[in-house]
Amino acid sequence: MSWIGASVPRVEDPALLAGKGRFVDDLHMPNMVHAAFLRSPHAHARICGIDTAAASALPGVHTVLTNADLPPELRDHRLILMVPNPALRYPVTAHTLAQGEVCFVGEAVALIVADDRYIAEDAAELIEVYYDPLPVAADVLAAAAPGAAAAHADRPDNIAADFPMTYGDVDAAFAKAGHVFQESIFVHRGGAHSIECRGLIAAHDPIADAMTIWANTQAPHMMRNAYARMMGVPENQIRVIAPADVGGGFGPKGMYYPEHFAVATAAKMLGRPVKWIEDRREHFLASYQERDQHWDVEVAVDSQGRLLGLRGSLIHDSGAYLPWGIVTPFISATTVPGPYVLPAYRMNVTAVFTNKVATTPVRGAGRPQAAFVMERLMDRVARELGLDPAEARRRNLIGPERMPYSVGLVFRDGSPVIYDSGDYPACQKEALALAGYNSFRARQAEALRGGRYIGIGIANYVEGTGLGPFEGVNVRIEQSGKVTVQTGAAPQGQGHQTMLAQIVADRLGVQPQDISVAPGDSAGVAFGIGTFASRVTANAGPSADIAATVVREKLIRVAAHLLEAAEADLELAEGRVFVKGVPQHGKSFAEIAGFANGMPGFSLPQGITAGLDDTAYFTPERSTYANGSHAVEVEVDIETGDVTILRYSTAHDCGTRINPTMVLGQVIGGVAHGIGNALYEWMRYDAEAQPLTVNFGDYLLPMATDVPRIDQVHLETPTPLNPLGVKGAGEGGTIPALAAIAAAIEDALSPFGVHIDQSPVTPPYLLDLIAAAVKN
Amino acid sequence: MNEPLGLSLRVNGDAVTRSVEPRLTLADFLRHELSLTGTHIGCEHGVCGACTVLLDGRSVRSCLMLAVQADGCAVTTVEGLTPAEGLSPLQQAFADNHGLQCGYCTPGILCTLSEYLDINPNPSEGEIREALSGNLCRCTGYQGIVDAALAYVRSAQ
Repeated sequence: MSWIGASVPRVEDPALLAGKGRFVDDLHMPNMVHAAFLRSPHAHARICGIDTAAASALPGVHTVLTNADLPPELRDHRLILMVPNPALRYPVTAHTLAQGEVCFVGEAVALIVADDRYIAEDAAELIEVYYDPLPVAADVLAAAAPGAAAAHADRPDNIAADFPMTYGDVDAAFAKAGHVFQESIFVHRGGAHSIECRGLIAAHDPIADAMTIWANTQAPHMMRNAYARMMGVPENQIRVIAPADVGGGFGPKGMYYPEHFAVATAAKMLGRPVKWIEDRREHFLASYQERDQHWDVEVAVDSQGRLLGLRGSLIHDSGAYLPWGIVTPFISATTVPGPYVLPAYRMNVTAVFTNKVATTPVRGAGRPQAAFVMERLMDRVARELGLDPAEARRRNLIGPERMPYSVGLVFRDGSPVIYDSGDYPACQKEALALAGYNSFRARQAEALRGGRYIGIGIANYVEGTGLGPFEGVNVRIEQSGKVTVQTGAAPQGQGHQTMLAQIVADRLGVQPQDISVAPGDSAGVAFGIGTFASRVTANAGPSADIAATVVREKLIRVAAHLLEAAEADLELAEGRVFVKGVPQHGKSFAEIAGFANGMPGFSLPQGITAGLDDTAYFTPERSTYANGSHAVEVEVDIETGDVTILRYSTAHDCGTRINPTMVLGQVIGGVAHGIGNALYEWMRYDAEAQPLTVNFGDYLLPMATDVPRIDQVHLETPTPLNPLGVKGAGEGGTIPALAAIAAAIEDALSPFGVHIDQSPVTPPYLLDLIAAAVKN
Repeated sequence: MNEPLGLSLRVNGDAVTRSVEPRLTLADFLRHELSLTGTHIGCEHGVCGACTVLLDGRSVRSCLMLAVQADGCAVTTVEGLTPAEGLSPLQQAFADNHGLQCGYCTPGILCTLSEYLDINPNPSEGEIREALSGNLCRCTGYQGIVDAALAYVRSAQ
């Protein structure tokens, strides 16, 4: 049987269920001390002086560091920008500890290391920082205007980057259009809020002059590379390990942060391991978020509702710094066309600095906003032309006969946006069937007679997944016969260990649970990228397949030599290589490895390289596009503005599924995140850019009572871009949710004629819309 | 104010006597003094439920409670819900129904459900969701968790 495609039990689960997970705060090292940060209370201020004397004198305090105390490599240089882009006007990142100016509430100003976290926080209270407040850039639209207060005191304006994203002759398309409709749309997305906050332990070995960092990061190699470059040390003197268990990621754990470098510096200075664990308040203040996007767009259609062109502008809140450049608005602008035939397109994108924490990708990475814009326009077109929303979409969906379909845009990896495969009309049809779409109007009329306002909304999406360039995987058979797998791609609950074990088990004829998978160690393989962009299964998966196949071939060649048999006569099963049909005439993996991995004095057969071991780096030509359709039924309470999701139907296509149950889990979890974005989550700031929602009482995550059962149907269109046919599944559930829910709410309130132009759709917003509609 | 106070309690059946600072939370006491790291900390303000443990059989937020307040009590953590070999039927139901992804919220959820399913051994799906509404999970969308609880309820009958 094949393990690929089987919903095998996850190898990760038993330890986690028994309370034996190994998360970063579960790790304890001898002689370890604990760090806390003093953070800026101002959104924008000059630092005129810092007095750390009282804090340093507190018993139990080992050191207090400010910018002036850092080694020159960190003191005088900002963090390395992860993804440069020529459109960046001012590619500024944060200092490890603030130097002279703070640019958001929560920016790290000082680091305190003490015997325990309690003492470190006591000491933080004793530090005196003398601030001279500066004018604040708070609201992104105001900050974008000429003459606005500058988020960075030495800058003339707040424009971080502006660039057009364009193809086709969009103005000509509008000139000939039968209809043009304009929309102004505001989309807010909140934070990622993994239940485990960030954290790390740094330990310096003075004998080897080597630094080891255990951090709950999505990208160990990128952190290693950044540390080596910033500190000017060889990469072999820095090792970054993501602990065996990481409590969710969803984007922000993909970056290295000032705290990583500050804690490592303290560990080296003190000669002791230093641990820092972010608390939830710090997570609200200093972990990267997504946030505000304002879109002014217009769409041109013909008399049949077919798209002719789309143009407009996007203003994106970047926050104070650009740790990941302008990746998020870039993805937003390239995602707008989505699964539809759109002949011409121009989006003018402006990324704007504000005095708030930086924005970087959160699950969906700018795509939920783009899908919201496109799907709102689709609903508008349908309404204006008297078409059913599903029919308006059907007329515009790219048909399977047009695959591969070149959109005309260039993606962030520099390759053209080409949808490789998928049947978008079939996907929408499946979602509608699951949702009982054709009978909905009868249900709606019946509900309305009973005084209940129910509505249905649909949304389609495509998602560029499996972003390259590669993710390396090492497969090895140890002397004991044990199969081990290593990769740099760190998991945060997705089940990478199980997924890789299934692939390798298939190739080597062993059970998945017999394979030891060790992901997330920069020493495991030489190069690595990280876990984001729904990329691991589509990159590490094929690498595991290729490496395991090489190891399999080696097993057979060495076994043929040992057994004096022809290679073609051998097969693998249950950890042995044997002559077909004669299982007793064979060798165990341990016996073969004992020879192939080096037995003193015994020569290897000519042409066989040392060791049952291979490292493969599959390099995809370009991203592969997953797709899906959501249909949502909601009920709106017109007295309270409360929205209840009655039914949620998804059709999803991510190519070949390695483990269908885990794919299902990714989609459902993604939808739940989208429901949070659509109805609950709002990171609020006041006019001085003071954060107002810094706990889970004020910032609402969806609860078990908010998320309905998600019905699913899967389509499986394998991609031709990798040998397994797999596409990414991690973010697709989130992307269309905001749009589908907004459409459903608007439909439920169709008796009032309200029009929804923002997400999240909160009760006060809805009540205002209803009140205005009633008044008119 | 920070002078240590004596503390005697039972944790997962074992008698424990320690002297701790009065400001030490029960969560930090369990994790760092007793090395029972299965209890996780997610928000430290009592909303997320990751740190839920059982105190004399009732679920409590161990981040909102001082260790010294547990003096004389019996505390059960996820380690205490786990048999010496293998998994409990409820834990196994989680593994069978994809009731966890990153696993960080899982110990708190197991504690919440252990208490609830003792009180109400035959709950509806809606009742299970209400019982879980004090535990946040960011990975699963709750469906696998609810399915696990329902499967456990069915198997227990």
